[in-house]
Amino acid sequence: MALPTYAGPLERTWYYSYRVICAAIFIFLIVPIVVIVPLSFNAQPYFTFTKEMLSFDPDGYSLRWYEELLSSREWMRAIGNSFFIAISATIISTTLGTLAALGLSRPNMPAKGFITAVLISPMIVPLIITAAALFSFYARLDLANSYFSIIMAHVVLGTPFVVITVTASLSGFDQQLIRAAQSLGANQVTTFFKVILPLLLPGVVAGALFAFITSLDEVVVVLFLAGPEQVTMTVRMFSGLREEISPTILALATILVAISILLLSSMELLRRRSERQRGMSPG
Amino acid sequence: MADIAADGYVPERDESGALTTVDGTPLKISLRKSQRRAKRRAFYLVVPLLAFLFITFTIPIVGMIVRSVYNPEVANYLPETSAAIGDWDGEELPPEKVFAAMAADMEVGLENRTIGRAAGRINREIPGARSLVMGTARHVDEMQPPYREAFLEEDEDWSDLELWRLLKRETRLITPAYYLLALDFEYTPRGDIVERPEIYQVYRLLFIRTAWMSIVITGACLLLGYPVAHLLATLPLRTSNLLMILVLLPFWTSLLVRTSAWMVLLQQEGVVNDLLVWAGIINDNGRIRMIYNQLGTIIAMTHILLPFMILPLYSVMKTIPPSYMRAARSLGANQFTAFVKVYMPLTIPGLAAGVLLVFILAIGYYITPALVGGESGIFISNLIASNMQGTSAQLKLASALATILLVLVLFFYWLFNKLVGVDRLKFG
Repeated sequence: MALPTYAGPLERTWYYSYRVICAAIFIFLIVPIVVIVPLSFNAQPYFTFTKEMLSFDPDGYSLRWYEELLSSREWMRAIGNSFFIAISATIISTTLGTLAALGLSRPNMPAKGFITAVLISPMIVPLIITAAALFSFYARLDLANSYFSIIMAHVVLGTPFVVITVTASLSGFDQQLIRAAQSLGANQVTTFFKVILPLLLPGVVAGALFAFITSLDEVVVVLFLAGPEQVTMTVRMFSGLREEISPTILALATILVAISILLLSSMELLRRRSERQRGMSPG
Repeated sequence: MADIAADGYVPERDESGALTTVDGTPLKISLRKSQRRAKRRAFYLVVPLLAFLFITFTIPIVGMIVRSVYNPEVANYLPETSAAIGDWDGEELPPEKVFAAMAADMEVGLENRTIGRAAGRINREIPGARSLVMGTARHVDEMQPPYREAFLEEDEDWSDLELWRLLKRETRLITPAYYLLALDFEYTPRGDIVERPEIYQVYRLLFIRTAWMSIVITGACLLLGYPVAHLLATLPLRTSNLLMILVLLPFWTSLLVRTSAWMVLLQQEGVVNDLLVWAGIINDNGRIRMIYNQLGTIIAMTHILLPFMILPLYSVMKTIPPSYMRAARSLGANQFTAFVKVYMPLTIPGLAAGVLLVFILAIGYYITPALVGGESGIFISNLIASNMQGTSAQLKLASALATILLVLVLFFYWLFNKLVGVDRLKFG
């Protein structure tokens, strides 16, 4: 949207002020995430930049909060719990979600709109309602305070993302390819593994990443379903933020930001790969 | 009409001349059959997930809704009384058969040790009723009919009509009591529905505040998201992909991380206040309180939900050809008119998607208001959560509040589906 040469002074002013406004909004979006990173290296137990930090004095920085985090048995246990729950939930929700998306993308799926709306609903229903409902449900089955109940809950919360991403990646899928494979002598199983799956894979992996991060970040349901055994890092972080905030939390937050950057880059790579595969121009 | 194709193939026909398959079934029926089979096959793929969600999501939620109206204590523990009191008109002391039924229930209740629970349930509505019920129940095996006189001899309070009216009301298995409570109404002892005393009114106010703050947050997201989405959609792809990272990174970052970042930034000894003091805008004693109040909730939630506004807007704006704006300009519209008359109407699908999505997500938020909301910035979800940890009555109240919130959210979800369509939901 370059400024046309015929633009008047008013238009010119607006053009530049518009960009300034947008820059301010971008700063608003990114600053909170950027700020916690240096603060997690603070040598003092404060949540603001000390004089030493601002003058880039090495004494102002330290790794003490990371040491505290990594040497604490409770924190490590909670981190372990988080990953165990997230990985288990991701495997199940990716399988169920991919199957469902394959069905939804068939041209002759009955009641497609309604079923899609039902499958997406766990994403829309407020977490506190899901948590309240699941808490009583699993308590009655005597399964509250178990890994099983938390993993099942996270499967419920993760599947909508898998369904959405895989359905989206299937929307551009050329059904002729299946017929082509079959006419060349491939049976159904071979067609699925040699033709459908490779084309589907970027979408499936993207959905899995979504399900993984959803489970890893989830607090509310775990808060209600977890006993002391199952406490995850985000629940510990939540209760830590409610009581006294220690910079240890910022160290964990920085690690989580690093994980998000990692996941975001893998998403981007996947997107480019799938665009190349379909013969679209790389973005 | 020669039905002979070039290779000499002759299509099969039945007596009436309709096309058939080789085994003689009319082609129409055969086609329908195969379509049905394809439909079934497509459906089978969805069945595992549907069944899973039905068991681990739908049933629990229905259970919660049932719990919010289910009131089994009195009916279960005093079954005879519940049956007998049905035709009592509530105007004068109940007839002998009600008292006799009560005596019978008490005997059974003493044996099964359930009478205490029934007494406790009644005591919640009429304080002191527990000792009345328990005191009489202890002597019920010595009583002789007529029971009405025997009860009144044991304790004067059995002549209290309010007690009996309450009993009659509580024998119903389904009660709206918790919904009344959730909307700040209650039953009088006579059984009329009135507003609760003003000092106890919390929930209606909180529902209104939740809706109001969600609207403000949605508005803020729209105000900030629209220009950014427009910029991203009109910049060259290389630049916009780069800037898109600034939108996607917050989207992918943990909600808790972003909330804690705002706690760090906004607190009174925090970065923003330090910056303002350093710039001389405020002095050190005049640090602004930006957190643990409504402002904190609004700022943090706007930041958290902003990507949900930008992404749908962006995906719609990207499809609008830039030539439309040039055409409008060449027809004499100035930039403003061209934007308002041509560009904005085309963005309405994205606008509807973004606004509804952000509003739906905002109205049920729990974590962020709980952490940065303080007293004045909490949402209805926070009260649901605090009632969840209480007694069984509070649990039922929480269920009623959650059901009301659920109905609200589902309405907007229905609207979203109708206006936008869930199948158009995409990320990244």
